[in-house]
Amino acid sequence: MNGYAYLIWIPLLPLLGFVLMGLFGRTLRNASGMIGTLLLAGSTLLSFVAAYQYFFSDGKVNDVYRKITAFTITWLQFSPGVSIDMSLVIDPVSAMMLVVVCFVSLMVHVFSLGYMKGETRFATYYAYLSLFTFSMLGLVLAGNLFQVYIFWELVGVSSFLLIGFYYDRPSAVAASKKAFIVTRFADLGFLVGILVMAFYGQSLDIATLIGNLAAPQSAAYLSMTTAGFMGISALTWGLLLIFIGGAGKSAMFPLHIWLPDAMEGPTPVSALIHAATMVVAGVYLVARLFPVFSLDVSVMQVVTWTGIVSALLAALIACTQTDIKRVLAYSTMSQIGYMMFALGISGSGGEDGLGFMASMFHLFTHAFFKSLLFLCAGVIIHFVHSNDMRDMGGLRKLLPVTHVCFLVACLAISGIPPFAGFFSKEEILLAAYHANKPVYFIALFTAVLTAFYMFRLYFSVFWHKEPGHSPTHGEGALSMKLPLIVLLLCTVLAGFIPIASWVTVDGKTLATHMNPGFSVAPVVLSTLAILLAMRWYKKTSDTPDAAASALGPAFQTVSKKFYIDEAYLFVTRKIVFPFIGRPAAWIDRHIVDGAVNGIAGITGKLSQSVRAWQSGKVQSYALYFFSGIALLAIVFIYLWK
Amino acid sequence: MLTDTFLLFRQEIMLALLLFFLVLYKLGRARPAAHLLPIMNWLLLLNLVVGLLFYDWQGVLFNGMYRTGELIVLEKNILNLAVWLISMQAYGWLRQHRHAAEVYLLLLTSLLGMFLMLSSGHMLILYVGLEMATIPLAAAVNFALSSKRSSEAAMKMIVSSAFASALLLLGISFLYGITGSLWLAEIPGMLHATPVVLFTFLLVFSGFAFKVSAVPFHLWTADVYEGAPVAVTAYLSVVSKAAMVFVLVTLLYSVFAPLEKTSHAVLVVLSLLTIITGNLFALRQQNIKRFLAFSSIAQIGFILVGISGYSQTANASVIFFLLVYVFSNLAAFGVVGWISTQTGKETIADYANLYRHNKTLSWILAIAVFSLAGVPPTAGFFGKFFLLTAGASKGDYLFISVAALNMVVSFYYYLRIIKAIFMEPGETGIAALSLPFWPQLSLWICTGGMLASGLLGVIYQYIYSISPSH
Repeated sequence: MNGYAYLIWIPLLPLLGFVLMGLFGRTLRNASGMIGTLLLAGSTLLSFVAAYQYFFSDGKVNDVYRKITAFTITWLQFSPGVSIDMSLVIDPVSAMMLVVVCFVSLMVHVFSLGYMKGETRFATYYAYLSLFTFSMLGLVLAGNLFQVYIFWELVGVSSFLLIGFYYDRPSAVAASKKAFIVTRFADLGFLVGILVMAFYGQSLDIATLIGNLAAPQSAAYLSMTTAGFMGISALTWGLLLIFIGGAGKSAMFPLHIWLPDAMEGPTPVSALIHAATMVVAGVYLVARLFPVFSLDVSVMQVVTWTGIVSALLAALIACTQTDIKRVLAYSTMSQIGYMMFALGISGSGGEDGLGFMASMFHLFTHAFFKSLLFLCAGVIIHFVHSNDMRDMGGLRKLLPVTHVCFLVACLAISGIPPFAGFFSKEEILLAAYHANKPVYFIALFTAVLTAFYMFRLYFSVFWHKEPGHSPTHGEGALSMKLPLIVLLLCTVLAGFIPIASWVTVDGKTLATHMNPGFSVAPVVLSTLAILLAMRWYKKTSDTPDAAASALGPAFQTVSKKFYIDEAYLFVTRKIVFPFIGRPAAWIDRHIVDGAVNGIAGITGKLSQSVRAWQSGKVQSYALYFFSGIALLAIVFIYLWK
Repeated sequence: MLTDTFLLFRQEIMLALLLFFLVLYKLGRARPAAHLLPIMNWLLLLNLVVGLLFYDWQGVLFNGMYRTGELIVLEKNILNLAVWLISMQAYGWLRQHRHAAEVYLLLLTSLLGMFLMLSSGHMLILYVGLEMATIPLAAAVNFALSSKRSSEAAMKMIVSSAFASALLLLGISFLYGITGSLWLAEIPGMLHATPVVLFTFLLVFSGFAFKVSAVPFHLWTADVYEGAPVAVTAYLSVVSKAAMVFVLVTLLYSVFAPLEKTSHAVLVVLSLLTIITGNLFALRQQNIKRFLAFSSIAQIGFILVGISGYSQTANASVIFFLLVYVFSNLAAFGVVGWISTQTGKETIADYANLYRHNKTLSWILAIAVFSLAGVPPTAGFFGKFFLLTAGASKGDYLFISVAALNMVVSFYYYLRIIKAIFMEPGETGIAALSLPFWPQLSLWICTGGMLASGLLGVIYQYIYSISPSH
């Protein structure tokens, strides 16, 4: 062992919490919140210790951060070539991610003490939360693709449970199912991708896999690039399939349809899962496999364009939504798009690796200000009892702490100095500027849109009009305010953390070039966007509606989320079903939720026709039996020789 | 050595002794006393333990008619374990049954037939074993004595089995005509891929495809499963299928090894057909027993995917999956059977909000469903993953992708049960049920198996190490 054996406790403590609350939830009741929080505080402490130890004492050898395997167990010798290990790995990316996950999860645990107080299933809530944290931490520390996949699925299961927490709301149940099944379809790609990688790369261990493939003339690399299917090499297939898995979890276009619906879960859950941790798992996966991804230019192009298209689409849609959580959901999707394309344009070493560093930096800062935004939204919803922006307004005096936090977080996400988002976003824009000009301009436009819709939200909630109702209660308990303040500090300070010297693609320190001249354009444009939002939304005015109606159909298209959900519906309804040839009346009844249920529907319909075989007559069974043999005989003896 | 002979033969001897005991017991009294069931549970545990001793002995008896080895002993032990678990779960049903002793007689006779089949070194023993394994089951299916459906199911089963057996026998006689031998070890050397040999292969293969209910030879399954008592359904879908798969693997990998090219193609086609049909049927079921029956057809399809890998890995994956399948399916059948005998409720809608009053049963059923669906970290995930990997080793990715896609489709219907248990607001839910010791023990063993057998790598590694290399 090498002094990192304690890493195992970081995921184990939340698991312990889950087991305790799962078994004794009824007896523990309200104490379970405290127990879960304290156990997680232990994990957080350990993760800080681990990060400190890694970054400041023994991670660096010859100025390069190396990968340290805390320990590894050969867990299963699957076949002579491939073994499956269980290992815990700490490298710059996982060390950073460890801190983020533990810290944000701790904040959410504390916040929920107040927010979920009085829920009948309080203990169950904390049990699910602990299960999720355990799975996410396992995912972060995993050193093996197979292990990643196991935790990846566990994360999916626990998020399914959390989204569907309010199971008496049909919409929540539908949303949880949609999230689970959409990501399952994406995970199917991941699974097949892992199989392809394991088959050609001859290993499931990430480090070994990278070692086997990274040398351009290695045997594994040659066999992978030459073997092909439908004209595309096995390497490209493998990486694309893995990327589909990542895109599903990270809600990238066109697999993003589950994320807005997932807002049906409790708001602190959205802060944890849909802002800081689970949804960045796709980015994290690409980052962990980055040396392999960077071998294939075409896959990197796919990553880039998926990222930038998601960023732009989500930002446009966010400008038109009125549900506060949905705006935040789309803004999350947009920011993750940023991280994704930053990875896509990054090179694999030295100065070219700016995109990688910037992406990780943005992941880091985004976790703080976006969870802050969600927690603020939690306070606001708790206070107003509505998700709709139009029911809010003038809350700045009633919710002073939330007001300040929300404002700072909005400034941060808009990239206004000196808040955290400014630094990371500038790095991303700089990387894009050097690597790919069209991407840069789209990203810049998206940044301006971001500033606009965030301040549209801010002014509508806190200014706009006088509060419509008298407050029934205050801003919330200390347990709700404290996490806000802590995250506020992080949002202010996180930008000054020198991520560039820690988390880089090749482990070497990257000299950053903060160029004030370069930053002028984005900052000025964003400020103008903020001023526009202020002019339109600070007071009640007709201008926004006038603008919307002037834009006419374009506005309609965007506010209907580009009809993507409808497109899924259309494809299943109008193209797939007539093709199968089934009457539309049946479909109307059964297709409630787009593609997902649609596929089940087709199969259901098919099964009805298959059922005709099942007549219950033994004579006909015998007939089928004999014809089965006859058919097989004809096919295999005469046709398929 | 005489003792050695007996020890090699110990699992069959043990079963025969149990059968004698049951016959004598039945002679003494018309109606079984209440203590018969605990006694049988203990005896079956003893039976399992006897099988586990001397696990690595191997040898040949009766001039090669009977052979045994580490792998065969393991397969028999998996069957013994499954029978023990089923016996404990049947407690609720058999407690009131006048003919409990006969049920045991029939099931254990059938098990003895399976053991002979697994150990056979000669086609005739294999055939005798197969018949011995099937005919008592038809009688057992009839044991819900007051139910008409149960009698109908038994009749259907015996008639359809007769077709399958007749064709199998025809195949065996062709085989004798072609090769002049019925010794399993001698046949492969004399087989060449000529049309008549292929036809013979198809006849034998269909006989087994019928027994494991692979599509299109599966039609008897639904009626029989629905009509039979739950414990017998569990026996049919777990023990009987597992035994047939073990034998099928031996046949394909050794006897018909020269026909690998054709048999691989047949397996690809049948496995896809089976998975897809099984999924389509399962999707529409409202009755949870029928649902489990159809989902087990889809599972057989996945097993065929694994078999199509033709390697040591494939062999080990299939056996490992069957072990996991024993735990997962019996856990599900255990919960469903208990609820059905206590409350008579059998539809998925009845399970709404089961969690409210029956927390333990709900969790066990949920874990079982996740394991059947293949969600990590339950053992079912590992089982399916290994099967797909084994199948993928032939490099036919399109085939594997379709299989994997079906795995995702199956999530949809498995999720229906989870949704009903935890998320649907049932008016009252099913009232709290108490579990007696025996079914409870059985369910806990299944749960432990589902959670541990995937995570403990040694189990797979052991199976791999004793699987024949290919």
